[in-house]
Amino acid sequence: MKQSPAPVPAFKGTKQQAQRLSEVIRDHKEQPGGLMPVLQKAQEIYGYLPIEVQTMVADGLGLPLSEVYGVATFYSQFSLYPKGENQISVCLGTACYVKGADKILEALENRLGIKAGECTPDGQFSLDCTRCIGACGLAPVMMVNDDVYGRVKPQDIDKILESYHKKVKV
Amino acid sequence: MITIAQLNEIKARLEPLVSVRREAAGRDVPAVNGYEKQVLVCGGTGCTSSGCQKVVAQLRRSLKEHALEKKILVVTTGCFGLCSLGPIMIVYPEGSFYSAVTPDAVKEIVEEHLKKGQVVKHLLYQETVQDDGTVKSLQETNFYKKQLRVALRNCGVIDPENIEEYIGTGGYQALAKTLTGMTPEDVIQCLKESGLRGRGGGGFPTGTKWDFARQSQDDQKYVCCNADEGDPGAFMDRSVLEGDPHAVIEAMTIAGYTIGASRGYVYIRAEYPIAVKRLEIAINQARKLGLLGKNIFESGFDFDIEIRLGAGAFVCGEETALLTSIEGHRGEPRPRPPFPAVKGLFGKPTVLNNVETYANIPQIILKGAAWFSSMGTEKSKGTKVFALGGKVNNVGLVEIPMGTTLREIVEEIGGGIPGGKRFKAAQTGGPSGGCIPASLADTPIDYDNLIAIGSMMGSGGLIVMDEDTCMVDIAKFFLEFTEEESCGKCTPCRIGTRRLNQLLDKITTGKGELEDLDKIEELCRHMKSTSLCALGQSSPNPVLSTLKYFRDEYIAHVTDKKCPAGVCKALLSYEIVPDKCRGCTLCAKNCPTDAISGAVKQPHVIDKKKCIKCGLCARNCKFGAVVKK
Repeated sequence: MKQSPAPVPAFKGTKQQAQRLSEVIRDHKEQPGGLMPVLQKAQEIYGYLPIEVQTMVADGLGLPLSEVYGVATFYSQFSLYPKGENQISVCLGTACYVKGADKILEALENRLGIKAGECTPDGQFSLDCTRCIGACGLAPVMMVNDDVYGRVKPQDIDKILESYHKKVKV
Repeated sequence: MITIAQLNEIKARLEPLVSVRREAAGRDVPAVNGYEKQVLVCGGTGCTSSGCQKVVAQLRRSLKEHALEKKILVVTTGCFGLCSLGPIMIVYPEGSFYSAVTPDAVKEIVEEHLKKGQVVKHLLYQETVQDDGTVKSLQETNFYKKQLRVALRNCGVIDPENIEEYIGTGGYQALAKTLTGMTPEDVIQCLKESGLRGRGGGGFPTGTKWDFARQSQDDQKYVCCNADEGDPGAFMDRSVLEGDPHAVIEAMTIAGYTIGASRGYVYIRAEYPIAVKRLEIAINQARKLGLLGKNIFESGFDFDIEIRLGAGAFVCGEETALLTSIEGHRGEPRPRPPFPAVKGLFGKPTVLNNVETYANIPQIILKGAAWFSSMGTEKSKGTKVFALGGKVNNVGLVEIPMGTTLREIVEEIGGGIPGGKRFKAAQTGGPSGGCIPASLADTPIDYDNLIAIGSMMGSGGLIVMDEDTCMVDIAKFFLEFTEEESCGKCTPCRIGTRRLNQLLDKITTGKGELEDLDKIEELCRHMKSTSLCALGQSSPNPVLSTLKYFRDEYIAHVTDKKCPAGVCKALLSYEIVPDKCRGCTLCAKNCPTDAISGAVKQPHVIDKKKCIKCGLCARNCKFGAVVKK
């Protein structure tokens, strides 16, 4: 996945987060091939993997930072940039594509004024394309956070986004 | 720790309850264990996305209101297969099949059917209601009657979060039989005779693979399961893990005994949270009963399984890349040989099979090699699960004997193409496979036939395409996918996929020349013969197969600058037919670039220079006056 070209915001990790990460590192230090599980949990804790977090992981596991960075940038699940408060993903699996997922993505890009892989300037929405999520029976499919919307049409988009705008304001 | 006698005790207790759902459907049977009826609700990913959790919650509330909770058993199962009709609910012993169930529908079903015994016909899947008003069972519908469920036998039948239900279907009997009465050589012999081949796509004989790993000498060996199902549009492995996780655990344990390994890893996509959760629950339950752990069935054999989550890299479905990823590195493939059976995970001999392959194994051990090899074609035995999707009426999961034709799958099981459109092609094998034209739809599906016609079995995605699908655009879609997913380790794949994509882009934007087609074919040949792993070697398949069967479409893009299917934007233009236009101004109001002009009640005109071909005008026109050319 493309990464956001926007400037990286300053790292704002808390002491509690660092504490949780060091516990995760301790639990996995002896496990063969433990780097991936540690990065997955680190992303759960911080929401993304800025260089500061990668450094903590590298130091904790006794690995070179270059190796941690190599793994963090290889897998599309890992993000070096923070995501929006609401994460939108459009499934671009074959079943969804054949049923017009590209038009859903285009409508979202136009509506939010951002491209896939980016985040709106107010930090409310980030937009990503995702691989098949396996809900092919409902194609085309989009997700906002953990909510799945099936059989989406371009004209449904405003209504879907509106409900999240409200949630953010309340 | 459980003994075989205790295992049989659980089986005897649960079997009557579970078998009602399989054998007694549609028949009148007495209450089992105090339960007069059983309600099965699909809890697979498809139905969860359609809201099955609300349906289950309402069902429990309504049963409580009517004091029926002691008489009616509610079971959340894995995938039934008909994902487009979700949420799905079946009531046994009648076998009444309710589709697209809402919480309100649940109230009606509880009051009328479960309380008064009156089947609610208007909520049933309509095909099961016959003209004379009688109701047929799910197994008799077009979608199910040609299917043969081996790998999926428990999906949609048992509660995957309850190990006792799996034991009730004969679960862990194959493991007991192996550990107490079979030598590793017996197991290998049985698998070889069965003719089972790897279901992940390659089709390598499973017994031979296990034999290689058994013969490799080392202090530690591993058993791995490939659940990194990355083909877009494929969800067979997810459904097996969501619906019948214990079958995979049992088969991996048998593999461990056979090759002499004490550790197993399941590498599963993080995008499959429900499958991960069910597998975790299943592993913990197996450990609790002593079906995983030390000294299983007092045979002296130890085995345990660990789950590793993928992180979104398609190449990790390739076996050596998957093992590299479990080791905690970038998931890049390694050259073979050495094959994993000799030098695999952490440099030790390793058996790596796909989820569906494992799901077949306990049945083969229990029912014998002859039973399995009686199904299928000469060189492809057994059944294959396909995820049927795209432009077809019944979208979902189907399991058919090898040798079934594509036409039977699309037209009979799949119920044909929606909207009366023409069946144009089917794509199998995802980004590594090819497009099979409708003219070859009568080819019996097996490993060798699919390769002969330029596609491959792959893991089992089957996407149906109709006349509105542009074959050049589809080839480009897959190339974009493989370009992005190429790990970059070898040059033919890293640069080849990019160049191929650029050439296809040239054609779909109307800048292509005829000699580009020759360049494409040459590049494809080089990529096939020189890439390091299957990803690069097979990435030209979507291009080569469409070029072979739909060359006229490529030529139309290149010489006539037209997209016959009306998909490629750069080659399209929108026009307003003056005779049909009433001058309602709706198109002009909706046009984002003000490209449409005209007076009220007068025919409008599109300025082609301003038009961005978004198609909003055509979608909004109530008179069909805007046409795509």
